[in-house]
Amino acid sequence: MKKDFKASITRAVNDANLTGALGKFSEAYKVNRAKAFEGIDFEALRTTVAEIKSAAACDLDALAETFKKNAEAQGAKVYRTSDPQQVKEYILTVARERGVKNVVKSKSMATEEIHLNRDLLESGISVAETDLGEWIIQLAGHTPSHMVMPGIHMTKEEVAELFSKEVDERLESDIPRLVKVARDELRGKFLAADMGITGANIAVAETGSIVLVTNEGNARLVSTLPRIHIAVVGLEKLVEEFSSVTPILEALPRSATAQLLTSYVSIISGPTPNDDGTMKELHIILMDNKRTEMARDPKFKQALQCIRCGSCLNVCPIFRLVGGHVFGSVYTGGIGTILTAWFDELKKSDEIQGLCIQCGNCKEVCPGKLDIPGMIMEIRRRLVEEKGQPLVQKAIFSVVNNRRLFHTMLRAASVAGKPFTSGQFIRHLPLFLSDLTENRSLPAIAAEPFRDVVKKIKQPKCEEKVAFYAGCLIDFAYPEMGVALVKLLNKAGIEVVFPQAQTCCGAPALYNGAYEAAANNAIENIKALLEEEVTQVVSACPTCTVALNHEFGATLETQGRTEWLAKAKELAEKTVDFSTLVKRLVDQRRLSFKDGEALGAITYHDSCHLKRALKVFEEPRELLQTLGYQMTEMFECDTCCGMGGSYSMKLPEISAPILKNKLANIEKTGAPVVAMDCPGCVMQIRGGLDQRGSSIKVRHSVELLAERLD
Amino acid sequence: MYDAFKERAIGVGAEVHRFATKGEATDFILAFLQKEEIADIPGSCAVWAESPFLDGVGKTALQQIAGIGFEVNRTLAAEARVGISQMDWALADTGSLVQDQSAVEKRLVSSLPAIHLALVPTANILEGKKALFERLNPRTSSYIAFITGPSRTADIERVLTIGVHGPQRLIIVFVDELGGGIS
Repeated sequence: MKKDFKASITRAVNDANLTGALGKFSEAYKVNRAKAFEGIDFEALRTTVAEIKSAAACDLDALAETFKKNAEAQGAKVYRTSDPQQVKEYILTVARERGVKNVVKSKSMATEEIHLNRDLLESGISVAETDLGEWIIQLAGHTPSHMVMPGIHMTKEEVAELFSKEVDERLESDIPRLVKVARDELRGKFLAADMGITGANIAVAETGSIVLVTNEGNARLVSTLPRIHIAVVGLEKLVEEFSSVTPILEALPRSATAQLLTSYVSIISGPTPNDDGTMKELHIILMDNKRTEMARDPKFKQALQCIRCGSCLNVCPIFRLVGGHVFGSVYTGGIGTILTAWFDELKKSDEIQGLCIQCGNCKEVCPGKLDIPGMIMEIRRRLVEEKGQPLVQKAIFSVVNNRRLFHTMLRAASVAGKPFTSGQFIRHLPLFLSDLTENRSLPAIAAEPFRDVVKKIKQPKCEEKVAFYAGCLIDFAYPEMGVALVKLLNKAGIEVVFPQAQTCCGAPALYNGAYEAAANNAIENIKALLEEEVTQVVSACPTCTVALNHEFGATLETQGRTEWLAKAKELAEKTVDFSTLVKRLVDQRRLSFKDGEALGAITYHDSCHLKRALKVFEEPRELLQTLGYQMTEMFECDTCCGMGGSYSMKLPEISAPILKNKLANIEKTGAPVVAMDCPGCVMQIRGGLDQRGSSIKVRHSVELLAERLD
Repeated sequence: MYDAFKERAIGVGAEVHRFATKGEATDFILAFLQKEEIADIPGSCAVWAESPFLDGVGKTALQQIAGIGFEVNRTLAAEARVGISQMDWALADTGSLVQDQSAVEKRLVSSLPAIHLALVPTANILEGKKALFERLNPRTSSYIAFITGPSRTADIERVLTIGVHGPQRLIIVFVDELGGGIS
């Protein structure tokens, strides 16, 4: 990553105003959003929205023509272009021909996308943004830092400073007073403007209508007072039918600002008379700018289902730390990364795509059902395909692809790491776990990996056999977790088989866009794990589990290695995460624990992959409660711990504050033990608490369960 | 449905009243205007957009009251403290009001003054958007407006502030006698 990108991140995470405002907002957002969706079947609603938008994306060209025909029948002028430059020329021509001097705008991302204001100003036309946030950043000369709240990065003191200059009067930083100043100041501009420019939240082909959704009331004035109204509309705003407006209006305000409906919604279908009796001129510009190209790409077509609510930003643990400006573009956050890769160019997203930690929060709340993390992975894959991997990364994954060499190096590390060991932690872990120790201690490589330990465990001979997929962390850093798992399954009458040829699940390569290396790992593991006569394959690492039962097939497909797909599917069907399996055994009364003892309070951290990819979150809680622990939930229990595999090595400046939040939330519960189901999370959280000198115990559920077998 | 509407509308900061007859509603409006010290001076007047409510209420009598005007243009609306109009529908699930505002006067009186007083026939409360959309025809209604509470922003430090570009207060007056349907 380039130095200035890193510097912009450091600046952002150390900007207390920004992280304070964003943090407060995102914490409140989760609660308010849930309230706003009360009584609504969100899954059904977003399926409807996704279907409407997806159908439209399949047919953009025809819909645009239908829209044009119907809007023109209503008296509007419709102009279609794929070129942002032509959008600007069209507007400037209208302005010139009608002698326009003053323009007022309501919020429009499409005009931000093409930097319209610059061209208007250069042509000697005055432009006022009238959305309060947009006006603030216009005065400050900033770009929007959030799709819905463009000025969220600024404090009231900074706003007071800006407004004071504008009205030439010393203003206090009293928010209602500042809002009043904006009202008075902009009122004059509304009344004097001869052209109003808006975007549109929805464009309906069937009726030629555009829909504007606002809270401040500025879009109503922009579309009412000036004699000319120009709406700049991205093609992705098109829907076929008028009735499609309803579900989008149900989903958009709830998702954007947790409102049931915004203060104002206007549905404009053709021009209306002005108050002097003349007819308004209504121009609607349908702007393509790569959107139809996007619609033709099977991996990215779904991005056109976006309704621009910004909920993906609101729930993103990274965004709330860094805000929008590090994205260096008009569109920010996860969706912004995708839009930048398309509307600008793929390589513009090279650095910002690395900000995504793949926690999957955004996918859960997206009202358009966009798989944002999935699309970001695809961007990574294409970047690697286009320009190759960085050399160091390439070297690492070539080692990881060679199991014998990789495991030999890990074994060597256990020896090499020894001089640095302090208790269970070392200061510098060799190999790819580079030098991040500032906020977290890293585990030592175990003296004896699980693959050796397992040979010494005396297991009963059982009819039922299950294969254990350990993954690198349990195998080489936490073999005791594997031992605990064997103990549990043996007790339930299951023999554990450990195929020695198993190797890294490929997730590190995959999440870095190195699909070829990941595919090689997939094949090795498929071979190793399917060789055994077992009923199931169990893993106690959710990231590995997801690789085995979700990702192998998809990864192999991207590499054209379709001959392995049937086997990948077979493995996927056999794979189960440890909590689900153990819960099942307990329910079948094949496994029981010492009872009667109160073990005190415990808190549980949901790992991203377990909670959101595998949808497992009740099972581990129920199991721990069965043991006699009292569950004390932490705030944001399912927010990422900041580990994200190599993410924490690449972007420690982001990973560290995420971890800090997590640790604070754990500590606030007062529980002496925190449990989780992922060895990666254990590494991150245990290391963080160790660094703080905390006495809170960090345990994988598998160990807690094995301890209490009766 | 009225109660459901009222709860939602109050939840977003609107004030809600209900009267059986136009006479009672008129009394309320006049008392309200008096309280707001409506007078025939810019900044203190009231503008009343053409509405079915006025049929038979005696516009001429109302016109005698200082400060109330029935002529609407941008200057008069911008100078008015109170704008009065009749909305077509109310939506119980979101506390919203809906009106065909193709006539610019209807938009001016409901967007420029500091206070918007909205009259609504009680029988025109609908459950929600679905019922509403069955009744809308964008081909004949070029500007359909939804109003949900007063104008708001949270653009400075996420602090909710009422009354940015639109009205700071929204007073909703239901009148049972107005009957249902749309004239």
